[in-house]
Order: sequence, then structure tokens, then C-alpha cells
Amino acid sequence: MTKAKINPKPTVTPKPKPQITKALTGINGLDIITEGGLPKGRASLICGGTGTGKTMLAMEFLLRGAQQFHEPGVFMAFEESTNDLIANVASIGFDLQGLITTKKVVVDFVYIERDEIVEAGEYNLEALFIRLGAAIDSIGAKRVVLDTIESLFSSLPNPAVLRAELRRMFRWLKEKGVTAVITGEGGTDTLSRQGIEEYVSDCVIDLSIRIEDRVASRKLRIVKYRGSSHGTNEYPFVIDNEGISLIPITSSTLEHAVSTKRVSSGIPRLDTMLGGAGFFEGSVIMVSGPSGTGKTTFMSHFADAACRRNERAVYFSFEESPAQIIRNMSSVGLNLDQWVKKGLLRMESRRTTQCGLDMHLVLAQKLIAEHAPNIVIMDPVTSFEDIANTNDVKRIVMKFVDHMKSLGITTMFGSLTPSGLPSESSAVNISSLIDTWILLRDLENNGERNRGIYILKSRGMNHSNQVREFLLSDHGVEICDVYVGSGGVATGGARLNMLAQEKALGLKLQEEMELRQFDLENKRNVLDSKIAAMRAEFAAQEAGNLKMIAQEKTRQSQLSVDRTAMGKVRNVDERHTPVKAKRKSK
Amino acid sequence: MTDKPIDLRVHKKTESATAPSNKWLLRLYVAGTTAHSMSAIANIKKICEEKLDGRYVLEVIDLYQQPQLAAGHQIIAIPTLIKELPPPLRRIIGDLSNTEKVVVGLDLKSL
Repeated sequence: MTKAKINPKPTVTPKPKPQITKALTGINGLDIITEGGLPKGRASLICGGTGTGKTMLAMEFLLRGAQQFHEPGVFMAFEESTNDLIANVASIGFDLQGLITTKKVVVDFVYIERDEIVEAGEYNLEALFIRLGAAIDSIGAKRVVLDTIESLFSSLPNPAVLRAELRRMFRWLKEKGVTAVITGEGGTDTLSRQGIEEYVSDCVIDLSIRIEDRVASRKLRIVKYRGSSHGTNEYPFVIDNEGISLIPITSSTLEHAVSTKRVSSGIPRLDTMLGGAGFFEGSVIMVSGPSGTGKTTFMSHFADAACRRNERAVYFSFEESPAQIIRNMSSVGLNLDQWVKKGLLRMESRRTTQCGLDMHLVLAQKLIAEHAPNIVIMDPVTSFEDIANTNDVKRIVMKFVDHMKSLGITTMFGSLTPSGLPSESSAVNISSLIDTWILLRDLENNGERNRGIYILKSRGMNHSNQVREFLLSDHGVEICDVYVGSGGVATGGARLNMLAQEKALGLKLQEEMELRQFDLENKRNVLDSKIAAMRAEFAAQEAGNLKMIAQEKTRQSQLSVDRTAMGKVRNVDERHTPVKAKRKSK
Repeated sequence: MTDKPIDLRVHKKTESATAPSNKWLLRLYVAGTTAHSMSAIANIKKICEEKLDGRYVLEVIDLYQQPQLAAGHQIIAIPTLIKELPPPLRRIIGDLSNTEKVVVGLDLKSL
């Protein structure tokens, strides 16, 4: 036995650069684009308009800090009461009350009634410092959220004093060594209404809601991050029952690993057309065609085949509900319901107009991250054109494709070809992203409409160049044999006609052949009887001849006996001869 | 600024319990012996002596010594004067150097 070889791979440790330390937020994706979280021991500003999710982001940072990273936190609320906050975060699955009880979090609601306050002389905000200090010390807080400290400007007179005090506040927080998040309402010219980004300048995150075609999508952007590199794009994010999710596409480079493993399309004869083995694993497949050509059926076959292999699949539909697809597919013998019940198949239906393009991407990625499928189906990708222009759709699809390829997930898109356009035109111009393009088309002649399939391209494999007819039978897609007639491929009635003709011709040939056989048999019989007759004649002759020969022999021996006898009579002294003759005669 | 603990309380809490309803109950929140705090104490005393002459209870609270009261009483600015009685509740922030505003704020104008 040989000793287990130690991997001689050199341990390449990245050069330890003097980096600022960071506090993980625990928020999906945010830690990726900030490369490790918010600056530890410093203050970060989250700004954005009303309803952009500032409070939610700040709260999640604090709660996840307390729950996941053992960093207790103080939430100083200037706008919402403690009870409101408890109710609000319960909607994203956090037990704020429990964290307060276990002294992981302190919520201090600062309530200021503008009408009750009269300013009579100079003041400062020392009481706020005392409050915050007391709260921090009471639980040993490492994180602090001030939400939204700018509202002080509307409740207290003398902005100059407030500015000076806020500056002092942020310095004080830094001295305390807590990681602070300050939220600020977006201003017209400045990031925050009162320009507090001047004081809080280590990290600024801007949240916004973009409305395009009456569809809203949330965006997050890191405006600045001192002493750290960070993602600079606008990242779409969602707030759902699990809080904030931001799934950035980190790899936009074309460097994903490729697989030589093949996956079946679920239709055996289609696999044969695809170099005999089906699609490449991790490739991108498009099934395009006009409406009613069976795109959904093809895609359902693919999903069904994956589940049969005990793989996991996600089916996004933008036109039909899961129940409807399941019902319709049962008519072609595909039982998708069993896979849904088994938990292998996730079907998600959503109108494209329900949310923005980026949001669709985020939701899709979130589901994919949850379900970890081997294959993903999008039916049809052209629906996105309803909410965005072609370029945007292409950009999103490209992002999605890159993401799927980096995960090694085989992806199948449906694409609806509008009638009147050449069937090779993919509506969203994504043909260059596609590895295998299956084209479904109408074949209309002889007063009937049939379905045809061909493989427009399939990168990296020897695929069939034939236009084939296929049928949607009660046990799925059946690809028929090729019948080439005078006007091209014979399909439908023409194909059946051709089949009948061929059968008739076959029958005729069969008959002819049988006739010849019969004739031959006849001739052989005649020959045989002739041979038999000749044989009989010959036998008769032979028998006659043999008889004559025998008679002659008898006659001769008789002659010699007679002769000996005569010699005896005549007294011939030849002693031996009679014996000889006697023997001979015997 | 210093946070040297000095007892600044002019405690008349015993009286407040038995105070007649027409008495003024005032609370002044300060932080240590800062200039603002000291002048606020001096100013309010002067005003009260002039206008109320014995019909008031003034409680001075040093938040450095009782920091938990800041959150409980919703105090953010120093100094803050709260008129608890008679209603309505009023808050006056600042060192109370603007006598006119203090008088208006405490509804002492008519007196």
C-alpha cells in the first residue's frame, strides 16, 4: 500500500494588507459587496428616501449582530416606538422582544413633541449622550443604530447647535468603539437632508426605489467606503419575510468551469438528435417557437427527466400558474405533481409585471439559492419584454446566465417567437448566450398545421441537421421519422399518405416475390419428377443387363461341368481338373 | 466640562407630596456643573422667587448621577426644565437666560 500523498500544492496566502476591520452585517449579499461588512468601530450612514428600507437595513444589522455575532446593540429610535419596531421586525422573523428581555438589544425610543418645547437660552444634547451611554453600558453594546437622528432638526430649534452636537456625537461614538449605523432621509442636493454625511463619512450606503413603467424596484449602492474596496454597482434587493436579500452577481467574467457530462432532454429521440446524449450539463438551452408549438411541453419533459434522475428542478413560469401547467402536462402523460409533492420540483409563477426586472432576478436567485436545483427553466423569457426594453432584458438574462453557469446549473429558456417574424429571430436577442437552440415551428401545408423541430445550434456536439416532425401524444413528445416528399419534409397527412403508399408498394412487391417463389417451386418439382423417371428407366435397364450377365455365367459353368464329365467318360487322366471344375460350379 | 458629582439638588420633594394643587411643580435636568447647568439653576430660581414666591417646588436632577432618568423622562437636551404641574406639561430647553421665554413657557405671564 502506498502512503497517502500529501498535496504538494503550495499554500498561497493572500498578502496580509493593512485592512480596516469590518463588522459582518449577516445580511445576504451585503457582506459580499462590502467585502466583509461595515467598518468596525466607525459610523456608517444609510440614506435614502421614504420607504426605501433604511430602518429595516439598520435593524437587521443590529439584530443579526446580536443573534449571530454576539455583538449586543442599542437601537435609538427617533421615529418609531418600541412596540411598533417589535411588530415590524416580527414580520421578518425576528423576536425583538426576546432579545430585549435577554439583554442582547436595547431599544430607546426618543420622543420629542415639538409643541411642548420652548427654547430659552443655550443648550446642548448632553442628555442624549447620557442616554446612549447608559444604554451601551447596560448591555456592553458593540453596535449602535440611530434611526433617524436627523429628525432632531425638525423637533429642536437652533440647527447650528444640533450640527455641532451631532459632530460631537459621531466623534464620541468612535471613541466608544462601537460600530454605528446612522440613517438619514435623502435630501434634494445632498445624500441626507441635513448633510450629515459630512460627519459620518467612513461608509455611506444609498438606498432607493426606482419606478419604471409603474413597477418599483429597490436598489442599493455603496456611495463610499473609506479604506476599503467595494462593489460600485447599483444592486437590486428585496425585503421579504426573511428580511433583506441582496444577491449580487459577483462573477461577470467568463471563467466558469465546464462539464462534459450530458443530461437528457427527457425525449429519447431528441437526445439522439443531440449527438446521441442530450445537452451538456451547465449549458444554456433555448426552446423557441411561435405560440402553440409545444414549448412548455418540451420544458416540462426536461423538468420531468431531471426529477426522474432524482435531481432538483426549478420551473419559473411567467404565463401560467403551477396548477395549470401540471394539469395541462398530465394530458401528455407527464405527472409533474408527484415531483412537486416529493419536493424535487419547485414551480414558481409570477406575472412579469408584478415587479421590476432586477427584482425578478433577485427573487429568482433567492429561490435558486434556497432550492439548490440542478436545472432551471424559465418559461418564457420573452415575457420580460412586457416590462422592459430588449437591451435591459438582454442584460438581465446575461446576468442570470452567468450566475447559472457559475453554479453549473443547466438552464432552459422558453422564447416566444412573435408571428410574422422569421423563426430564427430570438425576440430578446439572446441567441449569442445560448449553447443549444431548439427551434419549434409550424409546418403548414396541404391545409393542415403540423409541428416541426430542428436544432439550430448546439455548441460542442455533432447534432442532427434534420427538420423533424413531432407529435404531442398522450405519452409526451414523439419525434417522428423523416419523410422527405416533393415539397420538402412530409408531415402530418402527407406523411401518413406517404406511409400508406409505401405500405401499398411493399405489399405489391411482396406479392410479386411470392409469385416468383411459387414459379421456382413448380420448376423444381418438374425437374425432380423428370430425374425420377430417368432414374427408373436406368434402373430397369440395369436390372435386365445384370440378369443377362448372370445367365451367361451359369451357362458357361454348366459347359465346363459337362466338359469334365465328358472327359471322365473318355478317360482323360487329368486328376486335378475335375476338382477345380467342381469348385467352380459351386 | 466636568462630571464631578456635586449635589445640586434643591430637594423639596417632601413638600411636593403635600403641595396644594395651585402649586407649581418644576423639574430641572442638568448634567454636572457645566456653565449651562449652573446658570439654568440660578435663572430658574430667580424667576420662581419673583413670580411664584414660595408656591413652587423645584427639583434639580443631575443626569450624570441618575442617567437612567434621561430615557425615562425623554430628556435629550441639557438643561431641560419641565413644568409638571399645573397642566399642560411644558418643556423648556436652554440655560433659561431668556427670561421672557421662560415666563411665557411656564404660563407665568398673568402672575
